[in-house]
Amino acid sequence: MAERETWIILGATSSIARAFARLAAADGADLLLAGRDEADLERACGDLRARYGAKAEVFLFDAREPGDSRALAEAAAARPGTLNVAVFLGSMPEQTAIDVDPDLAAGVIADNFSGVVSALHRLAPLLEERGDGVVVGVGSVAGDRGRLKHYVYGASKAGFHAYLSGLRNRLARKGAHALTVKPGFVDTAMTWGEKAKPLMISPEAAAADIMRAAKRRQDVLYTPWFWRWIMGVVQLIPERVFKRLSF
Amino acid sequence: MTVWRDAALTGWGRALRASTRAARPERANQLIEALDAAGPSLCLYGAGRSYGDAALNSGGATVITSRLDRVLAFDEETGEIEVEPGAAIGGLLRDFGPRGWAPPVAPGTGFVTVAGAIANDVHGKNHHADGSFGQHVTQITLRTGGGETLTLQPEDEAFRATVGGVGLTGAILSARLRMRPIAGDKAFVRERRMPSLDAFIEAFTESDRRYSVGWVDAAATGATLGRGILEEGESTGEPSRERARRARAIPFDAPPFLLSASVVRAFNAAYYARIPKDGRTRVRPLSAFLFPLDALADWNRLYGKRGFHQFQCVVPPDATESLRAILAEAAGSGLASPLAVLKRLGPGSAGMLSFPMEGWTLTVDFPAAQASADLIGRLGATALDAGGRVYLAKDALLPPSAVPRMHPELDAFRAVCDRLDPEGRMTSDMARRLRIRRAADG
Repeated sequence: MAERETWIILGATSSIARAFARLAAADGADLLLAGRDEADLERACGDLRARYGAKAEVFLFDAREPGDSRALAEAAAARPGTLNVAVFLGSMPEQTAIDVDPDLAAGVIADNFSGVVSALHRLAPLLEERGDGVVVGVGSVAGDRGRLKHYVYGASKAGFHAYLSGLRNRLARKGAHALTVKPGFVDTAMTWGEKAKPLMISPEAAAADIMRAAKRRQDVLYTPWFWRWIMGVVQLIPERVFKRLSF
Repeated sequence: MTVWRDAALTGWGRALRASTRAARPERANQLIEALDAAGPSLCLYGAGRSYGDAALNSGGATVITSRLDRVLAFDEETGEIEVEPGAAIGGLLRDFGPRGWAPPVAPGTGFVTVAGAIANDVHGKNHHADGSFGQHVTQITLRTGGGETLTLQPEDEAFRATVGGVGLTGAILSARLRMRPIAGDKAFVRERRMPSLDAFIEAFTESDRRYSVGWVDAAATGATLGRGILEEGESTGEPSRERARRARAIPFDAPPFLLSASVVRAFNAAYYARIPKDGRTRVRPLSAFLFPLDALADWNRLYGKRGFHQFQCVVPPDATESLRAILAEAAGSGLASPLAVLKRLGPGSAGMLSFPMEGWTLTVDFPAAQASADLIGRLGATALDAGGRVYLAKDALLPPSAVPRMHPELDAFRAVCDRLDPEGRMTSDMARRLRIRRAADG
């Protein structure tokens, strides 16, 4: 580890992000927890300070506010040492709700894609400059193929995947790295409202998987691993068959 | 907005289940929102480690608190800590043990939440030395069934009703407790064979170690009745050669022959013989010593699809003949599983309905079946006749008449519940089965 290391966590109130922040804090990293719910983020920071003696601070950040990205980049630039960024931000309203009110689509795309891109694009030069650091971008298996149930969400995640792939290409030239994470079913608040799903893993298990992959500088991580094979099969289904399926 | 979903929850024994409307908030404000929106029938569920129906609420609402697990404050000087209700005991040991602080009392599994530990006033292997969990709690912030937020101190009646009150006074929003300084997060463990119940009783009476617990061969009868292994421990900073392991999972429900009498007898004989005649001592991770079963995730699946009942009673110190009778009946039944535990309890307890009292506590698992239920009924009756108690956190089978016999402060408890929760929202399958809130309620 460099003299100091900071993990900037976007969407830090999500349960995977919480577990991930604990792993980073246990490793001795400083934390900047970015999100919208100040009271909850303060609690999360208190937890990291009490459990691990970590230096943890709150940064109020809304992916739909372009000004927040600029402010975040300034705050990041002021920190010494290695900068890492993990993006757990995202939202997933019901596809049917978007069908009723198409204006919702813009918000989903901002949370999952455009807002995140504008933040990462301001942070990327810092990682290049310092010649190290890792970006962890949490996408979704839903981004591998548009499905009837979640295709606006899936499309925003697919856009994010493509962005991360390009960012990885760019950062690799300067010694930094980007990891694309595609979680399957994780037992989070996002999946709580849906029917019980098979093959569900805990947020802690997903976070441990992601941290391991980030340290190894893996390029793309499916978590749990077998989703790589499931999505491999899903992608092989010919479009003329796929268009009739509704899963 | 609270997200409710229809869920089938089970007790840890998996013999009882409940269809309920469940919410699992992740933030403090969402917890209050869920509690307020839960409707007229509300139950709290933590890590799901109560064996029977203490945390089940068929047909009503259940708020799961396990995701609220943050440490809110920690004082490095005094060891006082404030946590959200879902913080797990094992996680506190993992994170604070290396800095010289341990949860004051640890039950047999580290998955238990702080709120669950308070609601059941749990005890651990150090009960004779340090008392029950509730005795180390200095403050509870409670959202009552009536929708008020109260800050409770140990001298308050409502505090004594909440500790051990199986969730019936309201929801714990946060709690302060004193952690205990430890020499290190390892344990110096001595294991000795105990050839009989008398040997056990004598050794427990003489033991001066902080932690002590006995594994009992509940299949042994006659002259070897009550034989087992006594484990005594002290925390230490010495290094251990044993590494903290990741839990292994039990991937499927085990077939029933695994717990047939002959298999259990053979297993127990080997388990007993594995300790050398003159005993052994070793240094182990404190967590491995305190939470032996946590090395197997979902070990409750070992009992198969039908699940199991865990029977735990306590009898007064001089009721050793009742203890012997209970053990003899369990051993003679051929139903007992290898998991049987004997321990000497001290007098410490902190709540009106607390389980711990000075004496001998015996725990035995039985596969769920009618024969087991009948047997457990008889064992419980023997314990109660001896002036003892059965542990509500484990129970699925007691009759309502048992509660006033076990808990002389029941009327005071009911009065506090009526004051904090006048509409009677706080409930559970157990509360209804045992008529804990009032003698006549259905």
